[in-house]
Amino acid sequence: MITSDLEVQGQPASDLASGVHRTVNDFSIQIATVNGSGSQSANAVLLRSIFHMGVPVSGKNLFPSNIAGLPTWFTIRVSKHGWIARKSDTNILISMNPERAQEDVLALAPGAVVIFDEPLKLDELRSDLAFYSVPFDRITAATGAEPKLRKLVRNMVYVGVAAQLLSIDMKRLEATVRKQFAKKVKAAELNLSAVRAGYEYAATTLTKQDPYVVEPMKATDGKILIDGNSAAALGALFAGVTVVAWYPITPSTSVIEDLIDYMKQYRVEKDGKATFAAVQAEDELAAIGMVLGAGWAGARAMTATSGPGISLMAEFAGLGYYVEIPGVIFNVQRTGPSTGLPTRTSQADLSFIAGLSHGDTRHVMLLPASVKECFEMGIAAFDLAEQLQTPVFVLSDLDLGMNDWMSEPFEYPEKPINRGKVLNAQQLEELGGFARYKDVDGDGIGYRTLPGTDHPAAAYFTRGSGHNEKALYSERPADYENNMLRLARKFETAKTLVPKPILEGTGTQKTGIIAFGTSHWAVIEGRDQLERESGLATDYLRIRAFPFTQEVADFVAAHERIYVVEQNRDAQMLNLLKTNLDPADAVKLHSVLHFNGLPIDAQSVTNAIAAAEGAR
Amino acid sequence: MSTTPAMTTPVATAPAATAPAAPKAVKTNHIGLGILDYRGGKSTLCAGCGHNAVSERITEAFFEMGIQPERVMKMSGIGCSSKSPAYFMSRSFSFNGVHGRMPSVATGALLANKTMRSIGLSGDGDTASIGMGQFIHLLRRNVPMIYIVEDNGVYGLTKGQFSATADLGARLKNGVVNELPAIDICALAIQIGATFVGRSFSGDKKQLAAMLKAAIAHQGTVLLDVISPCVTFNDHEGSTKSYKYMQEHDDAVGEVGLVPHFEDLTVDYDHDTTTDVELHDGSHLRLRKIHEDYTPTNKVLALKMLMESHAKGEVLTGVFYVDTQKTDFTSLLNMVDEPLATLSEDRVRPSRAVLAEIMQEHL
Repeated sequence: MITSDLEVQGQPASDLASGVHRTVNDFSIQIATVNGSGSQSANAVLLRSIFHMGVPVSGKNLFPSNIAGLPTWFTIRVSKHGWIARKSDTNILISMNPERAQEDVLALAPGAVVIFDEPLKLDELRSDLAFYSVPFDRITAATGAEPKLRKLVRNMVYVGVAAQLLSIDMKRLEATVRKQFAKKVKAAELNLSAVRAGYEYAATTLTKQDPYVVEPMKATDGKILIDGNSAAALGALFAGVTVVAWYPITPSTSVIEDLIDYMKQYRVEKDGKATFAAVQAEDELAAIGMVLGAGWAGARAMTATSGPGISLMAEFAGLGYYVEIPGVIFNVQRTGPSTGLPTRTSQADLSFIAGLSHGDTRHVMLLPASVKECFEMGIAAFDLAEQLQTPVFVLSDLDLGMNDWMSEPFEYPEKPINRGKVLNAQQLEELGGFARYKDVDGDGIGYRTLPGTDHPAAAYFTRGSGHNEKALYSERPADYENNMLRLARKFETAKTLVPKPILEGTGTQKTGIIAFGTSHWAVIEGRDQLERESGLATDYLRIRAFPFTQEVADFVAAHERIYVVEQNRDAQMLNLLKTNLDPADAVKLHSVLHFNGLPIDAQSVTNAIAAAEGAR
Repeated sequence: MSTTPAMTTPVATAPAATAPAAPKAVKTNHIGLGILDYRGGKSTLCAGCGHNAVSERITEAFFEMGIQPERVMKMSGIGCSSKSPAYFMSRSFSFNGVHGRMPSVATGALLANKTMRSIGLSGDGDTASIGMGQFIHLLRRNVPMIYIVEDNGVYGLTKGQFSATADLGARLKNGVVNELPAIDICALAIQIGATFVGRSFSGDKKQLAAMLKAAIAHQGTVLLDVISPCVTFNDHEGSTKSYKYMQEHDDAVGEVGLVPHFEDLTVDYDHDTTTDVELHDGSHLRLRKIHEDYTPTNKVLALKMLMESHAKGEVLTGVFYVDTQKTDFTSLLNMVDEPLATLSEDRVRPSRAVLAEIMQEHL
């Protein structure tokens, strides 16, 4: 963490110094580029420089399903209050994409700022915006970069321009660039020269005519910046995952790629041998099949996928439930179907996964809202899967998985790994045998053995078809019914083991809000807006798992009206709640839905609830 | 996990009253187990089903090779063939999965515990139709397991539809004629990457027994296509997968012999007519030529032979191809020696310092 000699205490507010209205640490930047132009590193430098100034920040990449050529946007929200949900309006537009420049400029609210490439002549479009014209090609050429690198270097020029206009110190930028390119000294120098060129151009040529500035704070001290997929990968790493089978699919790919990188570094022993196996499967069917095979044989096994992959995994998911094998499936949700908007976010796999597969099937789902929870639930999922002997799904989303989020550093797991009820040869000898599907402890969970257990009574026959307590083939009605009832009891046990929901507010208000996953960030900001702007105080329960724990029913019972905020069209959480709650309480539930592919913003939540509540 | 092979087994002896002579010693294998230690449940397949004979040969092969049953995983998909793991070696661990997806489950299980042996039982529908995708990738990876296709050209459990291995022109009981060419599983396996490929007939006790024992000695994907007639739906005149058709058209490329690693290599062989292949466990596979151009270590010649015999309407049997050099999949992954499944926490959960280091990088 870089500390500044310019740091000031507390949260700087707007002032009118020098007669100019200043908006400090509270605005959003949108950077419009062309996909494949290498703008990601440039955007990261800008984001991280602000973060290293101690100012709360969030970055969201709104990108197309394309390798190169289509428009892409990166949004940076700077918020002294610490709000990190997407902000729906843009204060500063950096316009580098000729194709979409006019449309982007016309969509801005009056007073917004546009930094643009000189030949685009965007300043001719409107007179109510602050325009900064920058000859990017000329500045880039002057850096002396080789022609083939100019496309990349050009992006660093806008970082320099924007930083200077926002009063970000050049030393800060330099430190960030050097850290980002720590392993590539030559690249660091080249990029730095471009940042400097932009910075100097702005300092010598442009006149500040907008209110937006960044001033140092101390609000990010000790915090990390990481994406949810990396965090989930770290969770799996520290959970002691041993078998990973996967098929590449956006936006989940980096869960596995990051995990493999970490495992190569931290899970290879002195003799060069790995304590893991990672296999790129031929499809998602094979990926989940390998996970179940490995889970059956005793590994901590996982896969990561997104909606279309979940669709393919349906049959095996049901088998996993019925034969009772542990496994962890990370689902980084995106909009559907496979040719839908694969690079846009959603929370629309909830209903599907809750009962994924044939027959009466119910799955345990964990619902992380933050990168920290991606890590923590990434660990918890493996323990739960082995304790409950069932597949466990972790539902992240593209917004959480692929964007950088501020977070408290992750804490080392204090609880030892829980491998669940597994009998070894000695225990079998003492017991004189075992019945795989017998509910010995009354919690619906039987004891299992692992292949290779050295005892003549260790083996059992794993089959999805009807089986009795001893895992023998059976078509007897009573055997099937008993097994189904035990599985239902096991799901009741799951309620006692999954993460509990988190209550915010006094718990005494009439109006409640329920949300899960990344909708959280819009909800907490929305609650603040409702209270400040409309005087409407609310209680908020964030659900973190399915099956629902008792706290969920209690929360609904205790409130008159409950708004269920979620990022899908069909009110999936609301419907799941309806089928799991007292019907008398179900009528209290109302939906706030957001499903356009972009992450939900606070204003959408606030407006919907204020209107429904008749608040102003 | 203990790797002690020997295990004391109660020996069934005949009651004294009915045994006039001294009790006959029960034959045990080189790890001290009797054949009964390898038995399975009672078959529920049709009387005369080829699959039952295959189960018997498997039982004998594992007994004779002295493999401890607890060290074996029996994998299967869906179909009559996939039921058969219930009918042999009940002391082995069994997983009856979903239709056509046994390869992925078997692969995952071996990743978790590479010290286990794995035998998969599949059928022509389970392998060559619904399961073709996974089957091909299992072969390509050279996953160390024995993969048996009990091949009868029809779907049994759904009452007699053609499968993808049914021969062109073959006729069902109801008169329907197959108008599509058969997929030759063996040719496919050789081309894609299996390292031990052969075909046998459930009715050829001697050949199948020798091939199964050799399969146990091999480390890599063993693909055995066993023609195993369906007495209920495909054993009539006009079928090319019937007992009668096989008795008339079975054309062995060579004789298969196995000298297990625990026996002396005393019997010499004719170097001009016999190929000797030392398998991974030290056993010797001896393949005596019947066909003039039989070269079991040459992929191209093996494929040529298969295609020519197919054109003649003969069913070529025997070991077509063996490669003992190619690295099997679990070895390729360079895992630690112990099973991943049972590694202790200190080996799979990195230290507190590692997390601190990673967090530092993200500040």
